[in-house]
Amino acid sequence: MPERLDLKGYRDLGPKSSSAPLGNPGRSVGVHTEAPWVHSRREEEKYVAEKAIVGEKIGMTQVWDDQNRAVPVTVLKVAPVRIVQVKTPETDGYSALQVTWGFRRKSSLSRPEQGHYDKAGVEAGKRLVELRVDDVSEYAVGDELTAQRFAAGDRVDAIATSKGKGFAGGMKRHNFKGQGASHGNHRSHRVPGSIGACATPSRVFRGTRMAGRMGGNRVTALNLQVVSSDPERELILVKGAVPGSRGTMVVLRDSVKTAPSVAKGSRVAT
Amino acid sequence: MHPTELIDRDSLRDDIPDFRPGDTLKVHVRVVEGSRERVQVFQGVVIRRQGAGVSETFTVRKVSFGVGVERTFPVHSPTIAKLEVATFGDVRRAKLYYLRDLHGKAAKIKERRTARS
Repeated sequence: MPERLDLKGYRDLGPKSSSAPLGNPGRSVGVHTEAPWVHSRREEEKYVAEKAIVGEKIGMTQVWDDQNRAVPVTVLKVAPVRIVQVKTPETDGYSALQVTWGFRRKSSLSRPEQGHYDKAGVEAGKRLVELRVDDVSEYAVGDELTAQRFAAGDRVDAIATSKGKGFAGGMKRHNFKGQGASHGNHRSHRVPGSIGACATPSRVFRGTRMAGRMGGNRVTALNLQVVSSDPERELILVKGAVPGSRGTMVVLRDSVKTAPSVAKGSRVAT
Repeated sequence: MHPTELIDRDSLRDDIPDFRPGDTLKVHVRVVEGSRERVQVFQGVVIRRQGAGVSETFTVRKVSFGVGVERTFPVHSPTIAKLEVATFGDVRRAKLYYLRDLHGKAAKIKERRTARS
């Protein structure tokens, strides 16, 4: 069984490794799946998010805060979103809101799409997006959500597709060090270096970090701060960077991992 | 139009006089000391102006007790109470870094008397 060797340390990673040999019994202690503080929070308080909304990244700029400091912000256009479907644990096994925003020509809709919108009695929008929220009881099909749902000071997570980087080398993709510029180095300035040993194991371990496609993934930026929210202009300003290029769809939800002490202050304000 | 211009408009100031590198500026800076706020004047030569929009900055250099001091301000910063152009300079560079190596009479900048075209 050639798989034996490298499975030793990775037994707890996924269901695939359940068939792994017992190996070193000391290793099997590490069965924890999450950081303890995440766990305790999830048990009682929240599971995914209390509220969420979808917007479009417009770009970055800076604004002055109350102490006249420059704050870097990402501007998100948050058009009012319409709820097309409310998914509940009873009917769908989980709770979520299916929403759309903007408008789309009728002729560009397929009949199943048209039927889906007609059933909800909602005008067809650009796209259908699902927002996971804990409690959907306060939402109904046809409701509109606006930027008003988030206020300055809120802690949010931003989920978006990151910029594609194409086929990237180890230095860019995995922050490898590369090699020296001089000291006799010849054409090996950005190479990854060794990727393993020799006759044992005489193969490259699975998951070894190498060059390859980078970017274009779904990325979640955790615990960002809402600097301001402007429902009139349909804008939300979030402190710092948000994944993706301009025009990318961004899902904002209230932060799931913010430390309770930080979150409480902002929650009260909303 | 830059996509974020809508937001930037709120942060921009319209009371900033026209000035460029080589000009001598009096920058009235708001200084907060505890709960009190006062205005401090920083006077010197503009040696650099870079960027655009809200993030545009300029650097003022002065020689204070024989020590060169440079301060960089955002052009549209709310900490600037007032901006006064003391003299217009006549220079041939956009970045006057060479002033750092000069002192005394050599560091003097010719004054421009004619109006700017």
